[in-house]
Amino acid sequence: MRLRKMLAGLAFGVGVLAANAASAVEIEYWQYVFETRVKAMDQLIQKFQAANPGITVKHTTFPYAEYQTKVAAAVTAGQGPDVVQLFYGWVDGFIAGKLIQPLPKDAFPHDKIQAEFFPIVKAMERGGEYYGLPTAVRSLALFYNKKLFQAAGLDPNKPPQNLQEFLAAAEKTVKRDSAGNIISEGFTLDMAGQDHQWWREVLIRQNGGVPYTDNDRKVAYDSDAGLKALQFYTDLQTKQKVGLMGFMDEAQAAFKGGLAAMTIDGTFRLGAFSSIKGFEWGVTELPADANGMRSNYASYFANAITSRVQGEKLEASKKFLTYISSPEAMELWLQVVGELPARRSAAMTEKNLSNPIYGPFLKGLDYAHTTMFVDEAAQRQTAIDMVNRVLLQNQDLKASLAEAAKAEQAIIDRAAK
Amino acid sequence: MSTARAKPGGLWNGLSLSHKRVVWAWTFLAVPILFYSVIRFWPTLQAIGLSFTNWNLMRPASFVGLENYTRLVQDPLFWQVFRNTFLYLIIGTPISLLISFAIAYYLDRVRFMHGFIRALYFLPFLTTAAAMAWVWRWFYQPVPIGVINGFLTWAGLPQQPFLRSTTQALPAILAPAIWAGLGFQVIIFIAGLRAIPTSYYEAARIDGVSEFAILRRITLPLLKPTLVFLIVFSSIGFLRIFDQVYNINFNDPGGPLNTTKPLVMMIYQTAFKSFDMGYAAAQTVVLFAILLAVSLIQLRVLKDR
Repeated sequence: MRLRKMLAGLAFGVGVLAANAASAVEIEYWQYVFETRVKAMDQLIQKFQAANPGITVKHTTFPYAEYQTKVAAAVTAGQGPDVVQLFYGWVDGFIAGKLIQPLPKDAFPHDKIQAEFFPIVKAMERGGEYYGLPTAVRSLALFYNKKLFQAAGLDPNKPPQNLQEFLAAAEKTVKRDSAGNIISEGFTLDMAGQDHQWWREVLIRQNGGVPYTDNDRKVAYDSDAGLKALQFYTDLQTKQKVGLMGFMDEAQAAFKGGLAAMTIDGTFRLGAFSSIKGFEWGVTELPADANGMRSNYASYFANAITSRVQGEKLEASKKFLTYISSPEAMELWLQVVGELPARRSAAMTEKNLSNPIYGPFLKGLDYAHTTMFVDEAAQRQTAIDMVNRVLLQNQDLKASLAEAAKAEQAIIDRAAK
Repeated sequence: MSTARAKPGGLWNGLSLSHKRVVWAWTFLAVPILFYSVIRFWPTLQAIGLSFTNWNLMRPASFVGLENYTRLVQDPLFWQVFRNTFLYLIIGTPISLLISFAIAYYLDRVRFMHGFIRALYFLPFLTTAAAMAWVWRWFYQPVPIGVINGFLTWAGLPQQPFLRSTTQALPAILAPAIWAGLGFQVIIFIAGLRAIPTSYYEAARIDGVSEFAILRRITLPLLKPTLVFLIVFSSIGFLRIFDQVYNINFNDPGGPLNTTKPLVMMIYQTAFKSFDMGYAAAQTVVLFAILLAVSLIQLRVLKDR
């Protein structure tokens, strides 16, 4: 009798313990260290936990340089994060390494993703499954120095809207010394910065081509459009002489130093440029072509659920991922980090669009393309080298373009193996 | 404890004094040996093993035989990088030794502010390579911010592209690297010069031998151990050059067009930018073989003495 009571008591105790364990799920979230991103995520986690008392989220961060290595090692070993942040360009590697799982369709219906997010979210789709969702996205825009515009007799409130006006503004604002050396650029040339994206996703398309076909697995810029785009770019230094590759070492330094009238850069540069004291600067959309056609390059970090998560942890992860990709989270992210909301409704508000800084970036998102890099650093290098062969070795444009296409195709093919 | 009272059957007491010494020596050596085995030798063996796989962080490694090595031989970048690495070596080593010897030779004779001048030469050696590379990068810029080009245009000469040139970039990177290592080499040379007994010089001078002959017949031969040490030391340094190159051309490391990329940087980029670990391991094995060969050849030269 006594024994039976004891057993009953024990069973009850175990049951209570189990119930408690079930209602107190801890999931782990990983991202790389970037002060404002960490701050924003801490705030989001706080709000999420307040709304979901049974779930706690452990926030772990690593330096960017070792981030991928750590994620791969931890997940393969069956440890590490439940929800993980990854660059959109890593998704193939993460899927191949079985590090992440497809987003469950009950919590993340595809039609809703397609309808509510910007089209660039497509880059997270493989074989009919979405593998992650972004909180925020980045796009490019043309930054211009209002002081230099004014000094050159241009209206500082009317930045160039198409390539023709862009060239004219660059030619007016460039300054040279008596020997013809540039002492202040009209436009910064920096292929290692964002110019390779501009060339690839914008200039080539504006010349009637496409940079890649077959889901970015076939290089297609070894074409007339690619040639014209390359010519346009290198002419800026060789013919119009409005900029010099390597001037003040890099584009952002030249612009920040007030020695460049225009530069192309992304939302992520807003923080660095906000400290500029010497002059006022403005932002406008990337120049359109003669027919008014515009393009842009967008990129983002997405959040995904790792492959071994299941049961109640999966349920908690689903809730957390839903929350950090909600309009509310995106609003907070924009305020704290300065990155653009990934949902159309959260991004394209009257307030955001009329913001003189965010507005042009947001408009760019609507027509932006996202290159499906297999190895961004290596593919960027092929573009840098292509321009260098023309500028430093006087290689024929066509030959340099063909060489770049061949080298990049080899990188893509190797990754597909 | 006193050995006399200990049990005669103890293993330790059965050892002779010289054996005991050996045991003690090995006991103390065991710590660094263990440390080196775990930290150095084991990873080295692992890297060699890795070089026969296609591991890329994301997928489990699978054996691919010599594929990485055949790929390396067929990779034009590898041969370019190979050439660059040896350019750093064969330009860097003789020039740095020549300059540092000349400085040491004459500095040795200077009494006025000797210590101060020597400290000035040594100063760059104390500076972080990365910081130095960033400063030199700005020296090499075009006008209006580059000091060297500023001087050239002031003198009415055309600007030089320096780091933005496929021919000038490598020497331009080498210059601060040589300058940075100079102080160390000067100190070693002075120590070597001081170690030569003055009686040889006195005897030579009494016999009326010319200064040049003294240098050729006495100073240089007696300096050979110092010279060999510095040659080995600086050769390895130039074969492993990385931070200077990486930092001076931060946005296109090893550029332009790979004309300044050393082997170490190719390994770094293959491993930690492209995550192609197997291929990077194969490159590391090749670098290891090169360093081993160069060191063995130089040790051989030392033995001939």
